[in-house]
Amino acid sequence: MPAALKSTDVLQTAPFDPRFPNTNQTRYCYQSFLDFHRCQKVKGADYKPCDYFKKAYNSLCPNAWIERWNDQLEGGNFPGSV
Amino acid sequence: MATWNTILLQDSASPLMEQLSFFHNHALLILFMITVLVGYLMGTLFFNQFNYRFLLDGQTIEIIWTILPAVTLIFIALPSLRLLYLLDEVNNPLVTIKTIGHQWYWSYEYSDFMNFEFDSYMIPLTEMKPQNFRLLDVDNRVIVPFNSQIRMMVTAADVIHSWTIPAFSVKIDATPGRLNQISFLINRTGLFYGQCSEICGANHSFMPITVESISPSFFTKWISKMNNL
Ligand SMILES: [Cu+2]
Repeated sequence: MPAALKSTDVLQTAPFDPRFPNTNQTRYCYQSFLDFHRCQKVKGADYKPCDYFKKAYNSLCPNAWIERWNDQLEGGNFPGSV
Repeated sequence: MATWNTILLQDSASPLMEQLSFFHNHALLILFMITVLVGYLMGTLFFNQFNYRFLLDGQTIEIIWTILPAVTLIFIALPSLRLLYLLDEVNNPLVTIKTIGHQWYWSYEYSDFMNFEFDSYMIPLTEMKPQNFRLLDVDNRVIVPFNSQIRMMVTAADVIHSWTIPAFSVKIDATPGRLNQISFLINRTGLFYGQCSEICGANHSFMPITVESISPSFFTKWISKMNNL
Protein backbone atom coordinates (compact mmCIF):
# COMPACT_ATOMS: atom_id res chain seq x y z
CA MET A 1 0.00 0.00 0.00
CA PRO A 2 1.36 3.46 -0.87
CA ALA A 3 2.68 5.44 2.09
CA ALA A 4 0.34 8.33 1.28
CA LEU A 5 -2.63 6.19 2.21
CA LYS A 6 -1.22 4.78 5.41
CA SER A 7 -0.52 8.24 6.77
CA THR A 8 -4.10 9.42 6.39
CA ASP A 9 -6.85 7.84 8.40
CA VAL A 10 -9.35 9.19 5.88
CA LEU A 11 -9.44 6.01 3.84
CA GLN A 12 -11.16 3.41 5.96
CA THR A 13 -14.11 1.24 5.21
CA ALA A 14 -16.19 -1.54 6.70
CA PRO A 15 -13.95 -4.61 6.92
CA PHE A 16 -14.65 -8.07 5.56
CA ASP A 17 -17.12 -9.74 7.92
CA PRO A 18 -16.95 -13.55 8.15
CA ARG A 19 -20.66 -13.66 8.99
CA PHE A 20 -21.31 -12.51 5.43
CA PRO A 21 -18.83 -14.30 3.18
CA ASN A 22 -21.03 -14.26 0.10
CA THR A 23 -21.56 -11.94 -2.83
CA ASN A 24 -24.91 -11.00 -1.33
CA GLN A 25 -24.16 -8.33 1.28
CA THR A 26 -27.73 -7.14 1.86
CA ARG A 27 -27.70 -8.63 5.34
CA TYR A 28 -24.37 -7.03 6.30
CA CYS A 29 -25.81 -3.61 5.50
CA TYR A 30 -29.12 -4.23 7.29
CA GLN A 31 -27.50 -5.87 10.32
CA SER A 32 -25.11 -2.94 10.74
CA PHE A 33 -28.03 -0.52 10.65
CA LEU A 34 -29.88 -2.60 13.21
CA ASP A 35 -26.79 -2.99 15.41
CA PHE A 36 -26.25 0.76 15.45
CA HIS A 37 -29.75 1.46 16.73
CA ARG A 38 -29.66 -1.42 19.21
CA CYS A 39 -26.30 -0.17 20.47
CA GLN A 40 -27.70 3.34 20.91
CA LYS A 41 -30.76 2.01 22.66
CA VAL A 42 -28.65 0.15 25.21
CA LYS A 43 -25.72 2.53 25.64
CA GLY A 44 -27.33 5.89 24.98
CA ALA A 45 -27.13 8.25 22.04
CA ASP A 46 -23.66 9.65 22.70
CA TYR A 47 -21.76 6.41 23.26
CA LYS A 48 -18.82 6.69 20.84
CA PRO A 49 -18.20 2.96 19.99
CA CYS A 50 -21.67 2.74 18.42
CA ASP A 51 -20.35 4.88 15.58
CA TYR A 52 -18.49 1.84 14.28
CA PHE A 53 -21.81 0.42 13.07
CA LYS A 54 -22.89 3.77 11.71
CA LYS A 55 -19.72 3.98 9.63
CA ALA A 56 -20.28 0.42 8.46
CA TYR A 57 -23.84 0.89 7.30
CA ASN A 58 -23.03 4.24 5.74
CA SER A 59 -20.26 2.62 3.73
CA LEU A 60 -22.35 -0.35 2.66
CA CYS A 61 -25.98 0.65 2.32
CA PRO A 62 -27.31 2.72 -0.58
CA ASN A 63 -28.29 6.15 0.74
CA ALA A 64 -31.86 5.63 -0.44
CA TRP A 65 -32.21 2.59 1.81
CA ILE A 66 -30.85 4.44 4.84
CA GLU A 67 -33.24 7.32 4.20
CA ARG A 68 -36.20 4.98 3.93
CA TRP A 69 -35.29 3.15 7.14
CA ASN A 70 -34.80 6.41 9.01
CA ASP A 71 -38.21 7.58 7.83
CA GLN A 72 -39.70 4.30 9.03
CA LEU A 73 -37.98 4.64 12.40
CA GLU A 74 -39.44 8.11 12.77
CA GLY A 75 -42.86 6.98 11.65
CA GLY A 76 -42.73 4.00 13.99
CA ASN A 77 -43.25 1.47 11.22
CA PHE A 78 -39.71 0.10 10.95
CA PRO A 79 -40.09 -3.67 10.49
CA GLY A 80 -36.95 -4.71 12.41
CA SER A 81 -36.85 -5.02 16.20
CA VAL A 82 -34.45 -2.40 17.46
CA MET B 1 -14.11 1.66 -34.56
CA ALA B 2 -14.05 -2.10 -34.84
CA THR B 3 -10.49 -3.32 -35.25
CA TRP B 4 -9.05 -6.82 -35.11
CA ASN B 5 -8.38 -6.25 -31.44
CA THR B 6 -12.10 -6.51 -30.71
CA ILE B 7 -12.19 -10.23 -31.44
CA LEU B 8 -9.86 -10.81 -28.48
CA LEU B 9 -10.21 -10.15 -24.78
CA GLN B 10 -9.44 -6.61 -23.67
CA ASP B 11 -6.04 -5.83 -22.21
CA SER B 12 -6.14 -6.69 -18.56
CA ALA B 13 -5.83 -3.98 -15.93
CA SER B 14 -6.07 -6.21 -12.87
CA PRO B 15 -4.21 -9.34 -11.70
CA LEU B 16 -7.37 -11.43 -11.85
CA MET B 17 -8.14 -10.45 -15.42
CA GLU B 18 -4.57 -11.35 -16.30
CA GLN B 19 -5.12 -14.82 -14.85
CA LEU B 20 -8.41 -15.11 -16.74
CA SER B 21 -6.67 -14.21 -19.99
CA PHE B 22 -4.05 -16.88 -19.34
CA PHE B 23 -6.76 -19.42 -18.67
CA HIS B 24 -8.64 -18.41 -21.80
CA ASN B 25 -5.51 -18.90 -23.90
CA HIS B 26 -4.75 -22.21 -22.20
CA ALA B 27 -8.26 -23.55 -22.88
CA LEU B 28 -8.16 -22.29 -26.45
CA LEU B 29 -4.83 -24.06 -27.05
CA ILE B 30 -6.33 -27.36 -25.86
CA LEU B 31 -9.38 -26.80 -28.09
CA PHE B 32 -7.09 -26.16 -31.02
CA MET B 33 -5.10 -29.36 -30.41
CA ILE B 34 -8.31 -31.44 -30.16
CA THR B 35 -9.67 -29.91 -33.37
CA VAL B 36 -6.47 -30.64 -35.26
CA LEU B 37 -6.26 -34.21 -33.95
CA VAL B 38 -9.91 -35.04 -34.69
CA GLY B 39 -9.73 -33.29 -38.07
CA TYR B 40 -6.64 -35.26 -39.02
CA LEU B 41 -8.21 -38.58 -37.92
CA MET B 42 -11.42 -37.91 -39.84
CA GLY B 43 -9.48 -36.85 -42.91
CA THR B 44 -7.38 -39.98 -42.96
CA LEU B 45 -10.43 -42.20 -42.33
CA PHE B 46 -12.21 -40.67 -45.32
CA PHE B 47 -9.39 -41.22 -47.71
CA ASN B 48 -7.60 -44.41 -46.70
CA GLN B 49 -8.25 -47.64 -48.56
CA PHE B 50 -7.71 -50.14 -45.73
CA ASN B 51 -10.77 -52.13 -44.74
CA TYR B 52 -11.50 -55.18 -42.63
CA ARG B 53 -15.11 -56.35 -42.66
CA PHE B 54 -14.96 -58.43 -39.44
CA LEU B 55 -13.50 -55.71 -37.19
CA LEU B 56 -15.88 -55.40 -34.18
CA ASP B 57 -13.88 -53.99 -31.27
CA GLY B 58 -10.43 -52.99 -30.12
CA GLN B 59 -10.22 -52.91 -26.34
CA THR B 60 -6.83 -51.23 -26.10
CA ILE B 61 -7.57 -48.27 -28.31
CA GLU B 62 -10.99 -47.79 -26.71
CA ILE B 63 -9.46 -47.60 -23.24
CA ILE B 64 -6.93 -45.08 -24.48
CA TRP B 65 -9.46 -42.82 -26.16
CA THR B 66 -11.73 -42.88 -23.12
CA ILE B 67 -9.02 -42.04 -20.59
CA LEU B 68 -7.22 -39.40 -22.65
CA PRO B 69 -10.20 -37.00 -22.90
CA ALA B 70 -10.78 -37.39 -19.15
CA VAL B 71 -7.18 -36.36 -18.50
CA THR B 72 -7.61 -33.43 -20.86
CA LEU B 73 -10.70 -32.32 -18.96
CA ILE B 74 -8.78 -32.38 -15.68
CA PHE B 75 -6.20 -30.04 -17.20
CA ILE B 76 -9.02 -27.59 -17.93
CA ALA B 77 -11.06 -28.14 -14.75
CA LEU B 78 -8.32 -27.63 -12.18
CA PRO B 79 -7.14 -24.18 -13.34
CA SER B 80 -10.78 -23.23 -13.83
CA LEU B 81 -11.71 -24.12 -10.25
CA ARG B 82 -8.64 -22.34 -8.93
CA LEU B 83 -9.73 -19.16 -10.71
CA LEU B 84 -13.33 -19.55 -9.62
CA TYR B 85 -12.34 -19.51 -5.96
CA LEU B 86 -9.74 -16.81 -6.50
CA LEU B 87 -12.40 -14.53 -7.98
CA ASP B 88 -14.63 -15.04 -4.94
CA GLU B 89 -11.93 -14.04 -2.51
CA VAL B 90 -12.73 -10.85 -0.63
CA ASN B 91 -9.56 -9.10 0.41
CA ASN B 92 -9.54 -6.36 2.96
CA PRO B 93 -10.93 -3.41 1.01
CA LEU B 94 -9.55 0.10 1.23
CA VAL B 95 -12.53 1.93 -0.22
CA THR B 96 -16.14 1.02 -0.75
CA ILE B 97 -17.97 2.55 -3.67
CA LYS B 98 -21.68 2.05 -4.09
CA THR B 99 -23.28 2.04 -7.48
CA ILE B 100 -26.99 2.02 -8.20
CA GLY B 101 -28.40 1.17 -11.59
CA HIS B 102 -31.28 3.30 -12.80
CA GLN B 103 -33.23 3.45 -16.01
CA TRP B 104 -30.96 4.56 -17.69
CA TYR B 105 -27.88 5.75 -15.90
CA TRP B 106 -25.63 4.71 -13.05
CA SER B 107 -25.32 6.69 -9.86
CA TYR B 108 -22.38 6.42 -7.49
CA GLU B 109 -22.06 7.02 -3.78
CA TYR B 110 -18.84 7.47 -1.83
CA SER B 111 -19.74 7.29 1.85
CA ASP B 112 -16.55 6.09 3.57
CA PHE B 113 -15.44 9.63 4.23
CA MET B 114 -18.04 12.33 4.20
CA ASN B 115 -20.81 11.33 1.86
CA PHE B 116 -21.28 12.40 -1.69
CA GLU B 117 -23.06 11.00 -4.67
CA PHE B 118 -23.37 11.78 -8.34
CA ASP B 119 -25.09 10.49 -11.45
CA SER B 120 -23.19 9.27 -14.45
CA TYR B 121 -24.91 9.79 -17.79
CA MET B 122 -23.64 8.88 -21.23
CA ILE B 123 -22.45 11.82 -23.32
CA PRO B 124 -24.97 12.01 -26.18
CA LEU B 125 -23.75 12.04 -29.78
CA THR B 126 -24.65 15.69 -30.21
CA GLU B 127 -22.42 16.81 -27.32
CA MET B 128 -19.49 14.53 -28.02
CA LYS B 129 -16.01 16.02 -28.19
CA PRO B 130 -13.48 14.64 -30.71
CA GLN B 131 -11.63 12.68 -28.01
CA ASN B 132 -14.75 10.96 -26.67
CA PHE B 133 -15.68 7.40 -27.42
CA ARG B 134 -19.11 7.07 -28.95
CA LEU B 135 -21.63 5.43 -26.56
CA LEU B 136 -18.91 4.85 -23.94
CA ASP B 137 -17.96 8.15 -22.37
CA VAL B 138 -19.94 9.62 -19.49
CA ASP B 139 -20.23 13.07 -17.95
CA ASN B 140 -19.12 12.02 -14.45
CA ARG B 141 -16.60 9.21 -14.25
CA VAL B 142 -16.08 6.86 -11.34
CA ILE B 143 -12.77 7.88 -9.84
CA VAL B 144 -10.87 5.00 -8.31
CA PRO B 145 -7.35 4.69 -6.83
CA PHE B 146 -5.05 2.15 -8.44
CA ASN B 147 -3.02 -0.44 -6.49
CA SER B 148 -5.74 -0.52 -3.85
CA GLN B 149 -8.39 -3.07 -3.10
CA ILE B 150 -11.77 -1.62 -4.14
CA ARG B 151 -15.10 -2.96 -3.00
CA MET B 152 -18.10 -2.19 -5.18
CA MET B 153 -21.57 -2.50 -3.70
CA VAL B 154 -23.97 -2.93 -6.58
CA THR B 155 -27.72 -2.60 -6.54
CA ALA B 156 -30.51 -1.16 -8.67
CA ALA B 157 -33.45 1.11 -8.11
CA ASP B 158 -35.90 -0.12 -10.73
CA VAL B 159 -35.07 -3.16 -12.89
CA ILE B 160 -32.07 -5.49 -13.06
CA HIS B 161 -28.94 -3.95 -14.56
CA SER B 162 -25.40 -5.28 -14.64
CA TRP B 163 -22.25 -3.36 -13.77
CA THR B 164 -19.39 -4.42 -16.02
CA ILE B 165 -15.76 -3.57 -16.65
CA PRO B 166 -14.15 -6.28 -18.80
CA ALA B 167 -10.60 -5.04 -18.17
CA PHE B 168 -10.98 -5.75 -14.43
CA SER B 169 -12.92 -9.00 -14.93
CA VAL B 170 -15.92 -7.44 -13.24
CA LYS B 171 -19.47 -8.25 -14.19
CA ILE B 172 -22.13 -8.31 -11.54
CA ASP B 173 -25.89 -7.96 -11.62
CA ALA B 174 -27.49 -4.95 -10.01
CA THR B 175 -30.69 -6.32 -8.55
CA PRO B 176 -33.33 -4.15 -6.83
CA GLY B 177 -33.56 -4.90 -3.12
CA ARG B 178 -30.30 -6.79 -3.03
CA LEU B 179 -26.75 -5.63 -2.43
CA ASN B 180 -24.08 -7.43 -4.38
CA GLN B 181 -20.42 -7.08 -3.58
CA ILE B 182 -17.43 -7.43 -5.83
CA SER B 183 -13.84 -6.47 -5.22
CA PHE B 184 -11.03 -5.72 -7.62
CA LEU B 185 -7.59 -4.20 -7.78
CA ILE B 186 -6.44 -2.04 -10.67
CA ASN B 187 -2.74 -2.16 -11.40
CA ARG B 188 -2.40 0.93 -13.55
CA THR B 189 -3.89 4.31 -14.28
CA GLY B 190 -6.17 4.98 -17.19
CA LEU B 191 -9.73 5.05 -18.44
CA PHE B 192 -11.68 1.82 -18.51
CA TYR B 193 -15.02 1.29 -20.17
CA GLY B 194 -17.94 -1.03 -19.75
CA GLN B 195 -21.60 -1.22 -20.59
CA CYS B 196 -24.71 -2.29 -18.76
CA SER B 197 -24.91 -6.04 -19.34
CA GLU B 198 -28.44 -6.94 -18.38
CA ILE B 199 -31.12 -5.91 -20.80
CA CYS B 200 -32.99 -3.24 -18.86
CA GLY B 201 -35.22 -1.36 -21.27
CA ALA B 202 -35.19 1.09 -24.15
CA ASN B 203 -31.89 2.80 -23.35
CA HIS B 204 -30.01 -0.26 -22.14
CA SER B 205 -27.28 0.43 -24.69
CA PHE B 206 -26.88 4.01 -23.54
CA MET B 207 -25.85 3.62 -19.90
CA PRO B 208 -22.11 2.95 -20.09
CA ILE B 209 -19.64 2.82 -17.22
CA THR B 210 -16.40 4.82 -17.31
CA VAL B 211 -13.81 4.22 -14.63
CA GLU B 212 -10.94 6.64 -14.21
CA SER B 213 -8.05 5.06 -12.36
CA ILE B 214 -5.73 7.56 -10.68
CA SER B 215 -2.99 7.41 -8.09
CA PRO B 216 -4.13 7.03 -4.46
CA SER B 217 -2.69 10.39 -3.41
CA PHE B 218 -4.69 12.16 -6.12
CA PHE B 219 -7.69 10.14 -5.10
CA THR B 220 -7.53 11.44 -1.52
CA LYS B 221 -7.20 14.95 -2.91
CA TRP B 222 -10.21 14.40 -5.14
CA ILE B 223 -12.20 13.03 -2.21
CA SER B 224 -11.52 16.06 -0.04
CA LYS B 225 -12.32 18.37 -2.95
CA MET B 226 -15.63 16.64 -3.59
CA ASN B 227 -16.48 16.86 0.10
CA ASN B 228 -15.94 20.60 0.07
CA LEU B 229 -18.25 21.17 -2.87
CU1 LIG C 1 -29.14 -1.22 -17.46
